[in-house]
Amino acid sequence: MIALEARALSKSFGGLCVSADVSFAVEAGERRLIIGPNGAGKTTLFNLITGELKPDGGSVHLFGRDITAVAAYRRAHLGLARTYQIITLFPRDTLLRNVTLGILGLSPLRWNPMVRLASQSVVLAEARAALALVGLDHRGDRPLTETAYGERRRVEIAMALAQRPKVLLLDEPFAGLSIPERREMLDLLLRIPRATTIVMIEHDMDVALDFAERITLLHFGEVIVEGTRAEVVNDLRTRKVYLGG
Amino acid sequence: MKRTALVLVILALVTLPYWIGGSYYINIASQILIWAIFALGLNVLVGYGGLVSLGHAGLFGVAGYAAAWLVAAGASQLAAGVGALALTLLTSALFAVLALRATGIGFLMITLALGQILWGIAYRWISLTNGDNGINLSARPMPLGWSLAKPGAFYIATLVVFGLAVAAMARFAASPLGTSLRGSRDQPRRMTALGYDVWLIRFLAFVFSGFWTGIAGLLFCYYNQFVSPHLLALSSSAEVLLMVISGGSGTLLGPVVGAALVVVMKTVASGYIERWNLVLGAIFVAIIVLMPEGLVPGSWRLWHQAWHRRGPSAAEVSR
Repeated sequence: MIALEARALSKSFGGLCVSADVSFAVEAGERRLIIGPNGAGKTTLFNLITGELKPDGGSVHLFGRDITAVAAYRRAHLGLARTYQIITLFPRDTLLRNVTLGILGLSPLRWNPMVRLASQSVVLAEARAALALVGLDHRGDRPLTETAYGERRRVEIAMALAQRPKVLLLDEPFAGLSIPERREMLDLLLRIPRATTIVMIEHDMDVALDFAERITLLHFGEVIVEGTRAEVVNDLRTRKVYLGG
Repeated sequence: MKRTALVLVILALVTLPYWIGGSYYINIASQILIWAIFALGLNVLVGYGGLVSLGHAGLFGVAGYAAAWLVAAGASQLAAGVGALALTLLTSALFAVLALRATGIGFLMITLALGQILWGIAYRWISLTNGDNGINLSARPMPLGWSLAKPGAFYIATLVVFGLAVAAMARFAASPLGTSLRGSRDQPRRMTALGYDVWLIRFLAFVFSGFWTGIAGLLFCYYNQFVSPHLLALSSSAEVLLMVISGGSGTLLGPVVGAALVVVMKTVASGYIERWNLVLGAIFVAIIVLMPEGLVPGSWRLWHQAWHRRGPSAAEVSR
């Protein structure tokens, strides 16, 4: 079954074409890596999938359903979650509150102006559990500003995992991490159950290659090569575009 | 400790008419409470929503004008009050739909323009609003047969409403919806990706803000027993915004302190210093320079620094 499919997605900013008829399909449970040099249109592609940007043409399908016209916030309710390349968290809040916002986003409780959020034990327990998944449950009461960069990267993941997404889009989850931190992050990502389909953008091929089953190579907004890890890595076009060989 | 302080403050506020020394000061206290309710209402948008409105005096005025107009037209006080609030909510919703097409400066300019339209109606649509002459309110309402004609009684009634406003704000700020609103202020893109309808959250916040602005407008109309276009002037919008910002936006106590500061300067200090506006301006400049986060969080920070020889974290300050 196809979990996520893009059909001929195109997007231009003025005269600059950042996505040119991009099509790809990701099987349910698959781990897909999207690579490409800077400016290849990787993040734009995510923004088109999540609805943050409206495509000029083409369509996005989630489990067979055309969601191109579905409002961005509704797509989260359909099981789509994402993380950001540039950490996009709530700096004034604690780690626990950050992750709580992830759970609250899919709960009807979010409209309630009458109860205290701090007394919603079910939601808080879920948030603690999500923090535990990334090994940060002991730091839940810390303000985000008092945490290390690597921890914030994990909070990004925890916030997305807290939503139990069917399709998870990871935008450079290894960005800015040290070598040991990358290893930890990879272990963390490998533990995510197959019920969640993962599409990952990554610049750093060394770590990311271990994770991916199939790879899509983007260049100047176009899909250049797609295939299994070995196929793409050994393809001459990959070497030309990406590895600079 | 905190509970004791709260009880003492409530006790002091309830017994205020007995110790403050004269109806002049009781009336000033009532004014402070009314403006504090107004500032708390605006704070929902400015502080928690990150949306700076310069048109709230329009909503404040709609409530006052509608009540005075309805009573003058023969409606009962209750019907007039309810009708005025309903009209204010409707106007708030309309403002919100128009202004929430933008954020930041765009939002500010749209609210400013909308507020000026209402001011223009109050000032120029003479057949409806009596223009510059305003509308008189024949008497204050008598809730449950309780006369509010005397300053002390009016003060107590205002204090009750003020207490409700503070309780509602405290609960809202701690609620899931209040948390969602703060989230949409800090990271609107992320909130959308997490499944929040940011527009609708802001819309609800605007209407909630408009509700308390309307309550304050009603009280102000009852207090003065008179409404005039001055109520809706841009200077009123700016004044209440200054209250929120100088006291500390996004806090519960800040708008109240800001309201007290401005009203005291306007009424009490103006009796001693002719150029009280200059003094108020100097105070605002001092606040912005010394504690840009506002009086309440700023004093808290300075107190902490003095006693603990360390700065509190950003998270402590922002709460």
